[in-house]
Amino acid sequence: MAERRGGKGSGKNAAKAAKHEAKASDKGAAGTREAAPAARLAVRKTYKLYLGGAFPRSESGRSYPVTSAGGEHLANASLASRKDARDAVSAARKAFGGWSSRTAYNRGQILYRIAEVMEGRRDQFAAGLGRATGAGPDEADRLVSAAIDRWVYYAGWTDKVAQVLGGANPVSGPYHNTSTPEPTGVVAVLAPQNAPLLGLTSVLAPVIATGNTAVVVASERAPLPAVDLAEVLATSDVPGGVVNVLTGRVPELGPHLASHADVDALDLTGAGDAATEFEQAAAETLTRVVRPGPDADAGEDAWLDPDPGTARMTPFLETKTVWHPIGM
Amino acid sequence: MIFEYAPAPESRSVVTLRESYDLFVDGEFTPAESGEYLTSLNPADETELARVAVAGAADIDRAVAAARRAQEKVWGPMPGAERGKYLFRIARIVQERSRELAVLESMDNGKPIKETRDVDLPLVAAHFFYHAGWADKLAHAGLGPDPRPLGVAAQVIPWNFPLLMLAWKIAPALATGNTVVLKPAETTPLTALAFAEICQEADLPPGVVNILPGAGETGRTLVEHPGVDKVAFTGSTGVGRQIARSVAGTSKRLTLELGGKGANIVYEDAALDEAVEGVVSGIFFNQGHVCCAGSRLLVQESVAEELLPRLKERIAKLRVGDPLDKNTDIGAINSAAQLERIREITDSGEAEGVRRWSPDCELPEKGYWFAPTVLTGVSQAHRVAREEIFGPVLSVLTFRTPQEAVDKANNTPYGLSAGVWTEKGSRMLWTAERLRAGVVWSNTFNKFDPASPFGGYKESGYGREGGRHGLEAYLG
Repeated sequence: MAERRGGKGSGKNAAKAAKHEAKASDKGAAGTREAAPAARLAVRKTYKLYLGGAFPRSESGRSYPVTSAGGEHLANASLASRKDARDAVSAARKAFGGWSSRTAYNRGQILYRIAEVMEGRRDQFAAGLGRATGAGPDEADRLVSAAIDRWVYYAGWTDKVAQVLGGANPVSGPYHNTSTPEPTGVVAVLAPQNAPLLGLTSVLAPVIATGNTAVVVASERAPLPAVDLAEVLATSDVPGGVVNVLTGRVPELGPHLASHADVDALDLTGAGDAATEFEQAAAETLTRVVRPGPDADAGEDAWLDPDPGTARMTPFLETKTVWHPIGM
Repeated sequence: MIFEYAPAPESRSVVTLRESYDLFVDGEFTPAESGEYLTSLNPADETELARVAVAGAADIDRAVAAARRAQEKVWGPMPGAERGKYLFRIARIVQERSRELAVLESMDNGKPIKETRDVDLPLVAAHFFYHAGWADKLAHAGLGPDPRPLGVAAQVIPWNFPLLMLAWKIAPALATGNTVVLKPAETTPLTALAFAEICQEADLPPGVVNILPGAGETGRTLVEHPGVDKVAFTGSTGVGRQIARSVAGTSKRLTLELGGKGANIVYEDAALDEAVEGVVSGIFFNQGHVCCAGSRLLVQESVAEELLPRLKERIAKLRVGDPLDKNTDIGAINSAAQLERIREITDSGEAEGVRRWSPDCELPEKGYWFAPTVLTGVSQAHRVAREEIFGPVLSVLTFRTPQEAVDKANNTPYGLSAGVWTEKGSRMLWTAERLRAGVVWSNTFNKFDPASPFGGYKESGYGREGGRHGLEAYLG
């Protein structure tokens, strides 16, 4: 994959794509009798990182070209650096106190809000997913629906999980004793490489539903749906820093996130061949690790189960047990 | 009034020591192919208790193979209700032989008989009894409709609660249908070998429990053995890191229960007499050889000057000496190496400028002893406030506001335990909610129960032991 430094122009492919869009506008205007108005030039989106609630470019000034499933140039995504990864961890740590102490009900409402805002942009997501994965319109529509429903699913979990996983313990003595699940902290998520929207949602939603904050490394080849999702998060009352999205290369970013002492847990789903190396690095500070599952490299279809249960929440929860004597 | 206690030693006659012990593999005591032996000492007088065979690579192969056979042929397929009955049987035999085991534990470990008799042994029996009842109810544990055992568990335990740590490891593993190869600590292997006899007495099928004494090399070879499916370790954070690294890239499941630097927070409205008792038991229970010890006292400034003299007065009454004396509060440090570590880090505190205080107490001439110690003028940057000492040494810090107490308590890479002392319920809950620790004792300390999940946040490890939560570590 090529890499570009900022300010060096966007290359031939981008120019071609611009022509293509201009043509499409011409077509839209065709068939009218009057002289065609000057073709409107489409406004393209710059795909940037999502850090601490803002959309900065990589501090390194680098970008990399992103192509569609068919090989056409789509955009230049930011090529995040080690410094960006560290900034993302800082932002996630800063946001953790506030997010984890929100009421579970409030977190549920915000997750539901994400679904609402996504629903309003479903055409955008379907088109983006089509370009990224080559999915046809019907399939893309189905996957977007599943992704929206995934947010609704975890919105409902926020205020159930403590009752399901916690409770009173009948100890042999005059003590009140209860166990409660609490969020682990900052979770670095290497998102699935071949499931850029539903897969991404499926690994991200459980992390923040339980009160953790996240640093997500988007699918390297298809990062644009993640940036689109970040725009939804930014307008859904998700506090800045709760989710931070990096686009770039797993081999470059992964080692720094895996060994970062302020990362409490690591989801290796998108780690590929580097999973073992990252797990070893994570051992240094006893970072909790979720190893890649059997479907880690599969496409969006592997993530369709509408009821994934608690399996993606429990690895990012700690059990706290509180004792107090009973007496007069 | 000052009066002296007459010596009240518990009789050693309930314990019959063999001169040497073999490995316990596949239901039999068999000599180690390694031909190596270690000597277990009584840390209270440095006398030799017994020679114990050390397991080498070939012995570990043999034990893992026996555990695999037993898991696949006998223990895994056995109905849960029957597995449970074996565990009930073990619990009963532990109860029947509890005095013998308590005395043996005190001899091998150096901890006071009062604690082995009243804390360790009752908890060991309770742990087997509790988990016995789970064996046929795993489908109701909230871990899926048909939870399956993982297979063979490699378990490595520390020397601070030798038999209790064995129970924490073996009881849940067996209840869930796994078989185990367990390595006791090199300085305290004797009660684990007595437990092997109990397995024989209970007619536990051969290979379900295998006990392989040894030191670090035995432990390392065991956890890295390709034939094990599950690794459970209790011990230092340093070794925990190595193990986490060694299982990377394998399909082995791992739980780690590691070090701690627990904060015991005393607010100005606490019941001070109770708080003094709690602070004392929090750090001097088991000579401070407790991963969840309250080794940092955080006392609100407004009561510090009142609390500290009362604390010292109480500490001066602790009786340090013969572990087998029923009046002893603090026994021997477990080993020369541990004594050296406690000395080194406590001396470093003095070098860094903290004030050191110990009561006048006569320590026995032979054996490994360390007087209860209080360090004041401690700042968060001092080693004695950051590193686990694992001995009878309390570091005292102060705070002004509840937020400062929480910030200081959480200012550590560890996260195993914490204590809160206040008479105000809302303040207790506010504090408990913010402490990043797996166990929070409020207006009490160092309480344990098989139904209560135990384990840490952050670098104190991961996974829980005990309760419904603890089963998860052994089911897939």
